[in-house]
Amino acid sequence: MNAPASAAPAAATADVPLTPRQQQALSAVLAERGALPGALLPVLHGVQDALGHIPPAALPVIARALHLSRAEVHGVVTYYHHFRTTPPRGRVVQICRAEACRSMGAEALMAHAQSAIDAHGCDTLEAAYCLGLCAQSPAVMVGDRLHARMTPAKLDALLVSDPSAQGEGA
Amino acid sequence: MSAMLTLYVPRDSAALAVGADAVADALHAAALAHGAALQLVRNGSRGLLWLETLVEVATPQGRVAYGPVAPDDVPALWPALVAEADGTPSAHPLRQGVTDQIPYLALQERLTFRRVGITDPLSLDDYAAHGGWAGLQAAVGMDSAAILHEVTHSGLRGRGGAAFPAGIKWKTVAHAVATPGATKYVVCNADEGDSGTFADRMLMEGDPYLLIEGMAIAALAVGATEGYVYIRSEYPHAVATLTEAVARATAAGWIGDDVCRSGRAFHLHVRMGAGSYVCGEETAMLESLEGKRGIVRAKPPLPALEGLFGQPTVINNVLTFAAVPTILAQGGAFYRNYGVGRSHGTLPFQLAGNIRRGGLVEKAFGLTLRELLYGFGGGTASGRPVKAVQVGGPLGTYVPESQWDVPLDYEAYAAIGAVVGHGGLVVHDDTADMAGLARYAMEFCALESCGKCTPCRIGSTRGVEVIDRITLNRHQPVVRDQQVTLLRDLCETMVGGSLCAMGGMTPFPVLSALNHYPADFGL
Repeated sequence: MNAPASAAPAAATADVPLTPRQQQALSAVLAERGALPGALLPVLHGVQDALGHIPPAALPVIARALHLSRAEVHGVVTYYHHFRTTPPRGRVVQICRAEACRSMGAEALMAHAQSAIDAHGCDTLEAAYCLGLCAQSPAVMVGDRLHARMTPAKLDALLVSDPSAQGEGA
Repeated sequence: MSAMLTLYVPRDSAALAVGADAVADALHAAALAHGAALQLVRNGSRGLLWLETLVEVATPQGRVAYGPVAPDDVPALWPALVAEADGTPSAHPLRQGVTDQIPYLALQERLTFRRVGITDPLSLDDYAAHGGWAGLQAAVGMDSAAILHEVTHSGLRGRGGAAFPAGIKWKTVAHAVATPGATKYVVCNADEGDSGTFADRMLMEGDPYLLIEGMAIAALAVGATEGYVYIRSEYPHAVATLTEAVARATAAGWIGDDVCRSGRAFHLHVRMGAGSYVCGEETAMLESLEGKRGIVRAKPPLPALEGLFGQPTVINNVLTFAAVPTILAQGGAFYRNYGVGRSHGTLPFQLAGNIRRGGLVEKAFGLTLRELLYGFGGGTASGRPVKAVQVGGPLGTYVPESQWDVPLDYEAYAAIGAVVGHGGLVVHDDTADMAGLARYAMEFCALESCGKCTPCRIGSTRGVEVIDRITLNRHQPVVRDQQVTLLRDLCETMVGGSLCAMGGMTPFPVLSALNHYPADFGL
C-alpha cells in the first residue's frame, strides 16, 4: 500500500502529453512485452521501471496496443499498490508495518521516519507490508536496497548518507 | 604452492540487508592487501538469520562459521580465517564452530533445504554435484500414473496453507482435458505475502533449480507444457535469481523444448506481482497472471479443471513443488516416514518477530511450538516473556502459552481452532497490545480486500470501528459488552460469508486475541 505519507508532486493528468523520451521507452516496452500472454502487468512493470512511474498519458497507448479498453488498463494500474502514476519525490522509503516488524517497534520507526521526512521534505515515505526479512525486524527498503534490524538512529544516518539509494525520479 | 582460501558469503536478501555485499568487498580488499588467492563463493543463507552476515571458511574439518560479521570486523577477522583454513581453530569472538555442528542446524531435518546455504545458487555444476536433477531424471523414466502414485503415496500436502493433498490435485489435472489446441499449465504461487514467512524467498534465492525441477516433474505428471512462477514485487532478488536460473536450466536442456531428453516440452516463465496481498489466493493470482485486477474467482470451477486462461492448471506453493524432487529421487515412502498422523514429511518453520535466534528450521511435523520458541529460538529478542505467537501468517490465530505443547500438525492445530499455514511464527513479547493487533488484522483486511464480496470489503472496515469502540469504552461495561457481541457477530458473518480466506480467516487473529487476551480489550 502506498500510504500517502507526503504530498505528491504536481499531479500529472492524461492531458499532459508524453515526452519524446517517454514515448520511446513506452514503444520499446510494448515491442518487447506486448505480445506476451496476459501482457498487461509485465508491460506496466516495464514502463514504471523505465520511467519511475506510469504517466497517465501512457494508458490509452497501452490499451490500444493490448486491445484493451482504457478503463481496463486504468482499473489494473489503480488496483495494484506497486504502480504509481506520479513520480515519487526523492527516494522512496518503505517501512514494513506488518506483524513481525510491529513486534520489534515498526510503528515507532514509522512515526520517527514520518517526522524526519516531513522535516526535510525531499523523500517519499510509504508503508510496506512484509519485505521477507521477518527474523531481522524491523525492515526497511530505501530505493532498491533492503535494510534489516533498523533503528531510528540507523535510519537517520541512512537517509542522510546513502547516495546509492537514490530513487529513479522522473 | 600457495593455498587457495575459500570463503562463503551469502547473497540471500537477509544477508544483503545487513551488509553482506560490503563484507564481501572487504574480504576481497583484505585478500588483495595480503597477496592471498581468494575464492569467494556467494552462497544462499543457512537460515541462522541472527548470525547474518555469516562468513564461512573451508577448512580440513569442514566449513567453519563466523558471524555476525560486519564490514569493520574484516581486518581483525582475516588472520583468523587464514589460520582456520590451515586447520588451526581461532579464538575469534565471532567464531561459531563447524557450521554443520551448530545445534540450530544439526538438530534440523533438512530435506527441502538441504542444499540451501551450501551451494552457489546459480551453479548448475553445484546443483548436480549435490544430488540435483535426480528426481527429474527418475520422473522422465516413469509414466504419469507412476509419478502421481509416488506423490500421492508420499502424503505431501499443499504447503501454502490449505494443506490439500498434492497428489489428488495433480491427478485431477492429469485427467482433465484441455481445449483442443490449448495447453495445460503448472503455476507456482510465490506470492509469499504473509508476515513472518520467508521460506519461499530463501528457497528461490538459495536453490532455485530445486523449484524448477519440482515444477518440471509436475509438468511431466499432468501433461503440461507451459509454466509460470508468480513472485511478489517485494522480492526483487528472488525474481532476478529465479529468472537467471530458468534461463540457465533452459539453455542446459533441463527444461525447454526437450525436458531432460524426454522428448517433451516445458517452458517456464517468471512473472512479477505488483503489491497485492490477495494475489496469494490462487484464483486472484490467476487473474493477475492474465493481466487483470487480482480479484478472487468463485469456485467451482476448480483451477485444476479451468485455471489459467481457462485451461487445466496445477497450482502449488514454492515449498510444495520443492518437496517433489526428493520424493521422486528417494521414493514416496521415504518422505512419508517423516511427520505424524496425516501430516507427512517436513515443514520449514520460520521463526520471526521478537525472537532471539530467528531463522529457518526445517523439521518433521509433530514438534511443539515450545520447542521452536525456546529450543531453537531462545526466547524473545527483547529478553522479556513471550506473550503471544501468531502461527500461520496474518490470517492465523494468536496461540497462547496454554497451547504451546500441542504438536504442530495440521489436524492437531485444526482441533484447537488454529492453523499451521505456511509455517511462519511471529513472536510478541509482553508489551504487545493484543487489541491493537486485532485492530491491525481488520485494518490490513480492509486495505487488501479485493472488494468482490461484501463481508470482507465492508466487514473489515466495520471491524476496525467496532474494535475502536470497544477500546474507547473499556470503562463503560454496557457499551463495551454490546460492541463485543457485535464484533463476534461480525466475525461470524465474515467467516461464513466471505468468498476466500482473506475475509474468511481475518476473524481468526481477531477472535483469538479477544478470547485469550480479554484484558487487553478492557474485559
